[in-house]
Formats: sequence, C-alpha cells, structure tokens
Amino acid sequence: MITPTHYMLLSAALFIIGVTGVMVRRNIIIIFMSIELILNSVNINLVAFSSQLQNQVGQVFAIFVIAVAAAEAAVGLGIILAFYRNKETINIDEMNIMRW
Amino acid sequence: MAHAIAFYVLAAFILGFAVLVVSTKDTVHSVLFLVLDFLFVAALYVLLSAQFLAVIQVLVYAGGIVVLYLFVVMLVNLKRPPEAHADPHRRTKLGFFLAAAVLVEIAVIAGYGYVRPAAAPVAAVAQAAAMPVSGNTEQVGWLLYTSYLIPFEIASMLLLVAMIGAIVLAKREL
Repeated sequence: MITPTHYMLLSAALFIIGVTGVMVRRNIIIIFMSIELILNSVNINLVAFSSQLQNQVGQVFAIFVIAVAAAEAAVGLGIILAFYRNKETINIDEMNIMRW
Repeated sequence: MAHAIAFYVLAAFILGFAVLVVSTKDTVHSVLFLVLDFLFVAALYVLLSAQFLAVIQVLVYAGGIVVLYLFVVMLVNLKRPPEAHADPHRRTKLGFFLAAAVLVEIAVIAGYGYVRPAAAPVAAVAQAAAMPVSGNTEQVGWLLYTSYLIPFEIASMLLLVAMIGAIVLAKREL
C-alpha cells in the first residue's frame, strides 16, 4: 500500500539531492538544474496530496510552480549568457565582481 | 500491488537520474539525464491520476526548459572545464555538511509526524464533490478559471516580464 508518506519521502530525497547539487557543484548550469530538481520535488508533494484528498487545487498550484520555474530558467540563463560574455567563465567561484 | 511496484520502479529511476544529473562531469550529459528525470516524474503524475499535469510536465519541462538549457550549454564555450579552477577559499566539506543538516531537519520532521500523526482533513473532500465537471483536465481548468483566475493572470504577467527580461539580458546592445 503506497501512502502519501512514500511520496513525501521520495520528494524529500529528491530535494536533498538538489540541495547537495547547489551546495557542492561549481558549474552554474548544473546548479540551475539542481534548482529545477528541487522545484520538481515540491510538485511531487503537491500532486500526491491532491490525489490523496481528491482535490485538484494541488495540481493548480503545481501548474503555478511550473510557470515560475519557466520564468526563473529564462531569466537565469539570460544572466549566465550576459555574465559569460563579460568574464568567459561559468564557474561560480570566479563570479565575484559584485563582492565588496 | 501493481501500484506499489510502479511507484518503486519510478522512484528508483527518478532518484538515480537525479544523482546522475548532479554528479556527471559532462554538462551535456547532465542535461540529457535531466530530460529523463522529468519524463519519469511525468509518469509518476500519471500514476497519481494527474494526467493534465503530466502532459504539461512533458511539454514545458522536457520540451521547453531543457531545450533552453541545451542552447545555453552550446552557446557557452567550455574549453576550460568550469570545475578545473578551484577557489582555495571554497569549502566543499561545508557544502556537504549543510546538505546533511537539511536531511537531518527533514528526518526530524518526518519522525515527529510519525510519532504524532495529524488527523485527516475531511472538509476538502466535500468541496471537491461540489464541482460541476468531471475528469482531471476539466476539474483543473474549472479551478484555474474560477477560484484561481487572478493568480492565473498574474502568472501570465510573470511569464511576459520574464520573457522581456531574458531578451534584455541576452541582447548584446539595446
């Protein structure tokens, strides 16, 4: 019997993998992909509870999360391109031009 | 029983591909593993009888966002691998430690919920039964255009602003 707890554990594991990617990797494109994994884990949680409670509001919120993820990816990748033109790197250790 | 087998198989694929996304050296391979991960998450949505969201996941994530990532990977020329330069001040161990701290927090919350399980809410079920349409896509659409109309319009404005912002950022000179 698969309960919402199983889905929450899957979602938590995916979240932890995403957090580890954000914390450990230096390639900013992979960090952005880790953020997408985190947003996906949140969506799994929302849909699991929507299915459990027989209430479609969770799926509506998951659609909003997908819209925000699309906006974030577009703006973030634009920033990466603009930064790459200036400094010829996508390593976040070298992204320190705004440091005081 | 079939539901349980499907869940465990999908969960194993989702977590395995997520680990590969985070750990692969080659960025292009990482993007391709991300596509597979999104497709298996879409299959999980079908398992949860959220078919409309599964289609949206395949169209928007696996179709749109990942193509955007692939374009950026192709546009930035990775002659020098980004992981080659290591900042001497960087503390990778601290990163692992912080991720482990998040894991411990989630474990504590899960353990607390296991010790003191919350009462199941029953009010939501009655509200869902009052909806005049049946079928997953119809119900999601009904909610989007009645109770959540204003958030829906704000989301469309957000996408418009993000589109303009991406064009402004990526253009060489205005």
